[in-house]
Amino acid sequence: MIDGFLALYIFMLAAFTGKEIISRVPVILHTPLMSGSNFVHGIVLVGAMIALAHADTPLAKFIGFLGVALGAGNAAGGYVVTERMLEMFKSSKDKQD
Amino acid sequence: MDTQTAWVWLAKASYFLAAVMFILGIKRMSSPVTARRGIVQAGIGMVIATLATFAITGGHNLWLIVGGIVVGVVPTWLWGRRVAMTDMPQMVALFNGMGGGSAAAIGAGELLKFSQPGAAVPPVATLALAVLGALIGSVSMTGSIIAWAKLDGRMDKRFTFSGQQFVNFAVLVAAALAGLALVLWRLDASLVVVFFVLALAFGVLMTLPIGGADMPVVISLYNALTGLAVAFEGYVMQNEALIIAGTVVGAAGTFLTQLMAKAMNRPLSNVLFSNFGGGGAGAS
Repeated sequence: MIDGFLALYIFMLAAFTGKEIISRVPVILHTPLMSGSNFVHGIVLVGAMIALAHADTPLAKFIGFLGVALGAGNAAGGYVVTERMLEMFKSSKDKQD
Repeated sequence: MDTQTAWVWLAKASYFLAAVMFILGIKRMSSPVTARRGIVQAGIGMVIATLATFAITGGHNLWLIVGGIVVGVVPTWLWGRRVAMTDMPQMVALFNGMGGGSAAAIGAGELLKFSQPGAAVPPVATLALAVLGALIGSVSMTGSIIAWAKLDGRMDKRFTFSGQQFVNFAVLVAAALAGLALVLWRLDASLVVVFFVLALAFGVLMTLPIGGADMPVVISLYNALTGLAVAFEGYVMQNEALIIAGTVVGAAGTFLTQLMAKAMNRPLSNVLFSNFGGGGAGAS
């Protein structure tokens, strides 16, 4: 059980981590990094899967199914788009070298 | 240790691993040399976390879950592969909106479950975070969809009318009051519906007056908001992976939004409220 102050500490430490790890990002990587972090919050899929597993009424199942489909779309689409952006970035850099 | 406990342990260990890989992945994505390795690493973390989740769902609604994943993955994967490189920003907006919608759906499911007659009343903190996550996720979903439509040229005008800020503010206050009533006063299914309608409407209203040139900054903001919504719903679901990944993205996204606004030489408040006072200052 994650509760009270423990949750607050996790939240605080994760927030500082998030800010620190991208503090040196160059302007050219702004959009790919936005896309990459968009992919990472696709982890919401995991929460939606657990919610759907616990659903028992038809309405709860419908909402759970919607959550899983949207979360999976976030993760899959976010990955493909980020990967393609970074691929382009790499090849243009190779040409310069 | 019986089998169920072992599976839960395995899933928790996988979530820990995934959280580490997400943080390292985002860190690598912020440097040109390691960026590609970063996304692959985060991707592996996502696959591990998703597979591990099957271990703790105990096979309940298994085919619904698998079906939902297929329905979500196949079209977005194909679309993301095919879309032109210049159309990428609106795709990010669309996928971000899906994430916000997913967080809102988790919130809706939990709130409806809590509001069933005879259901155990959860602690106020859980209820408050469920409502807050649902509010932010809903705003992020409809806001991102409008951002997508604008960048995709399906809605290329800025929608403005007199008294718009007042209307937007009123809708936000109404949504917040409905949320507050759910937490403190009466947890009831029809109030849950009213709350979601107001929250979804606010996302649309907030994004309508913003011009296309400012959209990347706005999408980045919605990205950060979705992260936050995921973290809050993660607390409700008692899931560490959601809490940590969501918070990291929420913080990184907020910081990135500021960086992007600075790179465009526009203060964030100017982007969001550019037509305060009835001016057309947004068209830069």
